[in-house]
Amino acid sequence: MKVLVPVKRVIDYNVKARVKSDQTGVDLANVKMSMNPFCEIAVEEAVRLHEKGAASEVVVISIGPIQAQETIRTALAMGAERGLLIQTDADPEPLEVAKLLAAVAKAEEPGLILMGKQAIDGDNNAVGQMLSALLGWPQATFASKVELADKTVRVTREVDGGLQTLELDLPAVVTADLRLNEPRYASLPNIMKAKRKTIDIKTPDDFGCLAEGHLKVVKVTEPAKRVAGVKVENAAELVTKLKTEAGVI
Amino acid sequence: MAVLVVADHDNTHLRDNTHKTVTAALALSPDVDVLVTGQGVAGVAAEAAKIKGVRKVLTAESEALGKHIAEAVSGAVVPLMAGYDAVLAPATSDGKNFAPRVAALLDVAPISEILEVVDPETFVRPIYAGNALETVRSSDAKKVITVRATAFKATEEGGSAPVEAVDPGPGAPRTRFVSDEIVKSDRPELAAAKIVVSGGRAMGSAEEFHRVIEPLADKLGAAVGASRAAVDAGYAPNDYQVGQTGKVVAPQLYIAIGISGAIQHLAGMKDSKVIVAINKDGDAPIFQVADYGLVADYKTAVPELMTALAAAGK
Repeated sequence: MKVLVPVKRVIDYNVKARVKSDQTGVDLANVKMSMNPFCEIAVEEAVRLHEKGAASEVVVISIGPIQAQETIRTALAMGAERGLLIQTDADPEPLEVAKLLAAVAKAEEPGLILMGKQAIDGDNNAVGQMLSALLGWPQATFASKVELADKTVRVTREVDGGLQTLELDLPAVVTADLRLNEPRYASLPNIMKAKRKTIDIKTPDDFGCLAEGHLKVVKVTEPAKRVAGVKVENAAELVTKLKTEAGVI
Repeated sequence: MAVLVVADHDNTHLRDNTHKTVTAALALSPDVDVLVTGQGVAGVAAEAAKIKGVRKVLTAESEALGKHIAEAVSGAVVPLMAGYDAVLAPATSDGKNFAPRVAALLDVAPISEILEVVDPETFVRPIYAGNALETVRSSDAKKVITVRATAFKATEEGGSAPVEAVDPGPGAPRTRFVSDEIVKSDRPELAAAKIVVSGGRAMGSAEEFHRVIEPLADKLGAAVGASRAAVDAGYAPNDYQVGQTGKVVAPQLYIAIGISGAIQHLAGMKDSKVIVAINKDGDAPIFQVADYGLVADYKTAVPELMTALAAAGK
């Protein structure tokens, strides 16, 4: 069974995003970019399924600028077989991304689509659910455990207050949460091997998808800063202040 | 224009998130209906009918809806949207699960986790883990919105809306519920608690986390939270996690113990009314957002705090 893993190139997890002074967005010039951490978890899970023999092939797809090839290459070094880049300099919205991925899924016919639950730039947490709805495939979001069988997948999900386990008929869409696994570091031989793996480059037009843009960004601003308060000497002073000054206990 | 709010509940009780989402909905339109999807939800519907400002309560019931299966919820919501210009749900794990599906099926852009309604077309939402706020204007005729409930005040009670049943839709024939593992606790729910006591990696072990954090939380009638570092280290379960990758809380009082204050943690608690930080590292970033900071080792500070609270009648 083929597993399709969409991945996104985003600002590195350890870099603090800075708002541009003209309020048009976040400054990404000369900022370190990496694979979205949740996408990395999805790639790791797909590669593990392949290593266990449950998946026959892992195909990675990214939608983004030409540099997104590096993100795909990272996934190939982790163990994916083949990559596909849909090259665009536009910043497509979740709906457009979901439509493109649905077109790719129809062409590639995977048994399972494994992807991150959200990208850490837009924080929408939407594409997996939208893709599932567009394809009419079952969905399981926020996965912390994935057990793949021939015709079904059993997924344990992180929900408010605990866990929920679902069984989905394949093909299905599963989105990865933080605790699904710890992604590996690619070894040097595997990084070298990844350089010889194929990445096809296409455009949104090849899939008949046009960016419509349903949302217009009016402005991007910095959140209000909290001001540091006072230091107290001991616990007794703290309790007094909480009681009399703040009035919260 | 009329607006539909999808209720947050556990099939027995309505959660406060629903009241807060109704507040956001009322900023869009005075005509707000609440949809309760679930199983055996007559009691929940009766609670929803009491929310002030609600015009009508709709109930859709099936086995799959009782388990909050996303395919079933979107299947119940989409046909109703012929009569509404917007649908809002709190950005809980259930809301996030089904709302984007509704948007895709209506061919509109979902608007995730709004903090503010600027006007019925324009919304403010956090991006980059809350390090930036994006104001977006939607050109879609129908809007699908999830709401960060802590950013809105709860509506009052005092309404008496009529309740009517609607078609539960096709369910989720290709998704089967297997099991739930819901943690039972006598403590208040993290996202709704007035006081939250959180522990960080400084605790060093799960035993120490239980020994230090829980008695303090119980003394204050507080919910227990944890930093991602503490969760990753296995000291606390994942549903305790406060932060961009966990829960976003805004209690009256947030007490951070042995938490350094990574950006991703701050994103989950910086809207608390009063923040207290206890950390032995006086340079920890948590002190930059704390109203009251105590530079001390939690090992001595927490027992002293317990004593001081007891002396103050707590």
